[in-house]
Amino acid sequence: MIQPRTEGSGPPPDDVLLEVRGLKTYFKVLDGTVPAVDGVDFSIRRGETLGLVGESGSGKSVTSLSIMRLIEKPGEIVAGEIWFEGRDLLKLSEKDMEDIRGDDITMIFQEPMTSLNPVFTVGEQIAESVRLHRHASKRDAWDRAIEMLRLVGIPGPERRVKQYPHEMSGGMRQRVVIAMALACDPKLIVADEPTTALDVTIQAQILELIQRIQAESGAALLLITHDLAVVAETVQRVAVMYAGKIVESGSVEETLLQPKHPYTEGLLTSIPSRVVRGQRLNVIKGTVPNPFRLPKGCRFEPRCPYSFEPCKPFEPPLEQISADRRARCWLHVPKGRIPVLASPPASGPAGAVPPAPASEPPAVPAGEGVA
Amino acid sequence: MTLPDLQSPLALQYGGPSGGAPPETEDVEVALESLSQWQLAWRRFKLHRLAAIGLVIFGAMVLVAILGPILLPYDPLFIPNATRPGGDAPSLAHLFGTDNVGRDVFRMVINGARISVTIGIFSMIIAGVVGVFIGAIAGYVGGVTDNVLMRVVDVFFAIPFLFVILVAARFFGQGQLSSLILIFGLLSWPLIARLVRAMFLSLREADFVEAARAVGVSDIRITFRHILPSALGPVIVAMTLIMASNIVLEAFVSYLGFGLSEDQTSWGNALSNAQTVLSQGNWWWAFFPGMAIALTVLAINFIGDGLRDALDPRSRL
Repeated sequence: MIQPRTEGSGPPPDDVLLEVRGLKTYFKVLDGTVPAVDGVDFSIRRGETLGLVGESGSGKSVTSLSIMRLIEKPGEIVAGEIWFEGRDLLKLSEKDMEDIRGDDITMIFQEPMTSLNPVFTVGEQIAESVRLHRHASKRDAWDRAIEMLRLVGIPGPERRVKQYPHEMSGGMRQRVVIAMALACDPKLIVADEPTTALDVTIQAQILELIQRIQAESGAALLLITHDLAVVAETVQRVAVMYAGKIVESGSVEETLLQPKHPYTEGLLTSIPSRVVRGQRLNVIKGTVPNPFRLPKGCRFEPRCPYSFEPCKPFEPPLEQISADRRARCWLHVPKGRIPVLASPPASGPAGAVPPAPASEPPAVPAGEGVA
Repeated sequence: MTLPDLQSPLALQYGGPSGGAPPETEDVEVALESLSQWQLAWRRFKLHRLAAIGLVIFGAMVLVAILGPILLPYDPLFIPNATRPGGDAPSLAHLFGTDNVGRDVFRMVINGARISVTIGIFSMIIAGVVGVFIGAIAGYVGGVTDNVLMRVVDVFFAIPFLFVILVAARFFGQGQLSSLILIFGLLSWPLIARLVRAMFLSLREADFVEAARAVGVSDIRITFRHILPSALGPVIVAMTLIMASNIVLEAFVSYLGFGLSEDQTSWGNALSNAQTVLSQGNWWWAFFPGMAIALTVLAINFIGDGLRDALDPRSRL
């Protein structure tokens, strides 16, 4: 795990493919502002796989759309940096961004039934991105489309390439969507709930396909899902999101076996497993906070079984626990750095946060390479 | 992966790690012919009997418009003089009779077809191109652009259509075919624009549009390559209706004497001239051009009806 550098410290080292720093994407609607993504930072090395987990509304899809810069009104990226191959994507022109989308960064969408255009053959749709980005001839792009269909395990690609989406099953279509995403040899694949809309049996096939293709192509993978089982199967590292913030991150094994954040723990204990057969399932009590009225301190505090004094008034920092682990919980902040509320609670400064340096891990000098 | 506690639910849920791509059942499927949406639509259209009849009639009318004036030339300035006042009744020599100065009504109707069909088709194309363009921009871009363009459309709908046509035909047209086409076309696009905008408003939210953006397709290309084909069905239907109404409009405007000049043979002009002798019981001079208009418009409307069914993706035949 590499610690994302702070904003304004220039491009990350070369082995870091994508680095998101302090990303804030807000939706400004009539009733107020929804901080869908509220200060998210993470990074992905070349060829690495990262899972972004969270329940509906936690901001994981908005994070992925922000990376692609596909956020539409009333949404807006209000702060942050997204470094990709030495460039801050948020500073690029729309034209440059179009060149990156579908070429260096591609996306696999959730709904294979609707994310293919019904009036074009699947071949035309795969060939389009090849023609746009590689300036290939019609003939070459078409051959590439056939090759991609074969790669994603569609039988009879020469015939299938001429078919329309409505002639294919959901699993087939998702294979086509994956073929589209891979046609230009991307460096980063963003898969937003790629298996959610599929049958369970097809899910396994598609996950396996994504894994195989990721390994073969050497592309990095950002897998967005609400399904911990999918994450455990597919990725090396995981980041857990809750109410617009990353609450915990680390390697898959450590995070899922020894969760540090109460939310992650709650998620894991609510998975049906044979261990608890015959017993009631654990549930996380309460509901996701209203995005218009988020708790002032820790956003998970109202539902947290371990809540103690600093949790209500103070927002915990994303604390570095070990070289590979971070968690946003006061439980893991050393006693000396936990802020204490002044005796009359009402007089506490509104929205007080601990001193800024406390929220940062042992300082990483700007621009220094991380082994 | 060594996740003893998690492995079991996973194994339950996914049937465990399986090696290699499992065979797809579709592997054995026989070679199915692949039909595009347009091929499917054509198949459905052919099953619509009235529409098929309409297509035959309209096709014949287009053929007449192209070949008629060549095979049976007609010169409105040549006055053979009628053998009897008010014109001859239909006979073998003159199938549709003659007018008050002895001109053959059959040839008149056949030559009029060229003008009516030309006006119908070209004003429809103008309305279609302008309407699709404006509607697509309004629907895809949205916001202020959409507002401005749609207010322009509102203004067009608020204008007393007929009055503008009469004035425009008189002042800009001077009875010319091309100016009449232009006026009709430029006055009938707002209907198409509204329709296209509505289609775009819903289609721009479609997942495949976002997928296209994620592949790096530019906005212009998304608008015209990705969204437009899906919106085209209702637009084509509306365009047929515009064609039919513009053919009637030409007859109407010409009848009022604001349309084509006297030396051009149109159905409207024929009707207009025929009213002078109608009271004498000479029905044929008005009847046959009138029938030609009615038949053409009916045929086009049948085609439109058939297209509406054929292009509706929800109808599955």
